[in-house]
Amino acid sequence: MALSGLFLCSFLVIHLTINLFALQANHDKTAESFWGAEMFETYGHFMATHPVIRPLEWGLFAGFLLHAILGIYLYLLNRKARPVQYEVNKAGENSTWSSRFGWLTGILVGVFLVVHVNTFFVQSRFFGQEPMIRLMIEAFSSPAYVAFYMVALVFLAYHLKHGFQSAFQTFGLRAGKFEKLVNAVGVVFWLLIPIGFAIIPLYFLFAY
Amino acid sequence: MSENTMTIKLKIWRQKDRNSGGQLVTYTMPGVSPDMSFLEMLDLLNLDLVRKGEDAVAFDHDCREGICGTCSLYINGRAHGPLRGVTACQLHMRTFHDGETIVIEPWRAKPFPIIKDLVVDRSAFDRIMAVGGFISVKTGGTPDGNAIPIAKPVAEEAMDAAACIGCGACVAACKNGSAMLFVSAKVSQLALLPQGHAERKARVEAMVAQMDEEGFGNCSNTYACEAECPKNISVEHIARLNREYLRAKFIQE
Repeated sequence: MALSGLFLCSFLVIHLTINLFALQANHDKTAESFWGAEMFETYGHFMATHPVIRPLEWGLFAGFLLHAILGIYLYLLNRKARPVQYEVNKAGENSTWSSRFGWLTGILVGVFLVVHVNTFFVQSRFFGQEPMIRLMIEAFSSPAYVAFYMVALVFLAYHLKHGFQSAFQTFGLRAGKFEKLVNAVGVVFWLLIPIGFAIIPLYFLFAY
Repeated sequence: MSENTMTIKLKIWRQKDRNSGGQLVTYTMPGVSPDMSFLEMLDLLNLDLVRKGEDAVAFDHDCREGICGTCSLYINGRAHGPLRGVTACQLHMRTFHDGETIVIEPWRAKPFPIIKDLVVDRSAFDRIMAVGGFISVKTGGTPDGNAIPIAKPVAEEAMDAAACIGCGACVAACKNGSAMLFVSAKVSQLALLPQGHAERKARVEAMVAQMDEEGFGNCSNTYACEAECPKNISVEHIARLNREYLRAKFIQE
């Protein structure tokens, strides 16, 4: 759980880094071009076609699948440890919402991913829709689609809020001198990653 | 003693034996003093029930001063009640108000079967201790004090872990019914000290295996255990348990 989670965290960093280059895009109506997004397109093209990077796609897909399957398996296994539930249980007084509902935020992020992958990855890879920047501009011109992204990113934030530091706890590294460091990096991670991703659709909706 | 008494409405889990079903039964308790301990209040209820010829409510208790780990009540949705760092026996009725409804349930976890009413069988903890929660030493004359140097912070940390009274509140509060805080405290108190190092690998492997064998759930790091532990055992010990386990599995010969 922790290992696959941290692997997916590393993917988020790479994904965000490349996508932030899309912010360079400027609309040039006269030239009918997407001037400024060359860096974004170059990196995107490299990630999608390079013979070394391509197999990593399968690794990434496997990472998501493993994380989801392990999560569901552990959820069901853990439910068996308490066959009779409490009549009154004030879990909110001893633990955070994000820590108790990682399974729910995970499922909701998973639903988002299906839509997200279909909009961009499937359209460009299997239906030859290019360039990626045009897909982004089109998709993020819809306020409803952008709103959907914002909600999904809130769930992602809650998922990371628990998941990031939890992974380090599982590896025994959230202790002693490391505890403050892990917690601090955790806060930066769960706040900055979703905010970074949120900037992109908002840019194309309002500022582009 | 305060002159003001309270009337309390109790909803208590009544269950005849292991195999029977159970349900919450409502009792109204007049004349409850705010100075009473929670268990004294239950004694008063039982006195009344016995006088009426009814079956007394079974609940675990022994030292009544928070050091034995016997009491085990899930009070108003919280292990050992609403206060932090206390056992149910250290709780007083002044924590509640006149006319309040108090729901009392037993610990709920598959490895803690209910024996009767509020009493659960916690021998799963004993079996975990029996496979590794000890050090093997030849007893003899008392060793000289400070013959084995132990740094003060290490001794403090080991003592913090050793404060665990094995009450099971961590399991009761955990949404997964996980015993990680208990096992981590027991592994930590020995892993930290030189006397415990010889059996370090075997201990953590055996105790974790037994924990899983008993049917406790897996830790998902909600830290509810730490919040409900009457001895304030830190989840840092869980991190240490995880380190000890990884060390035993991957590093130590």
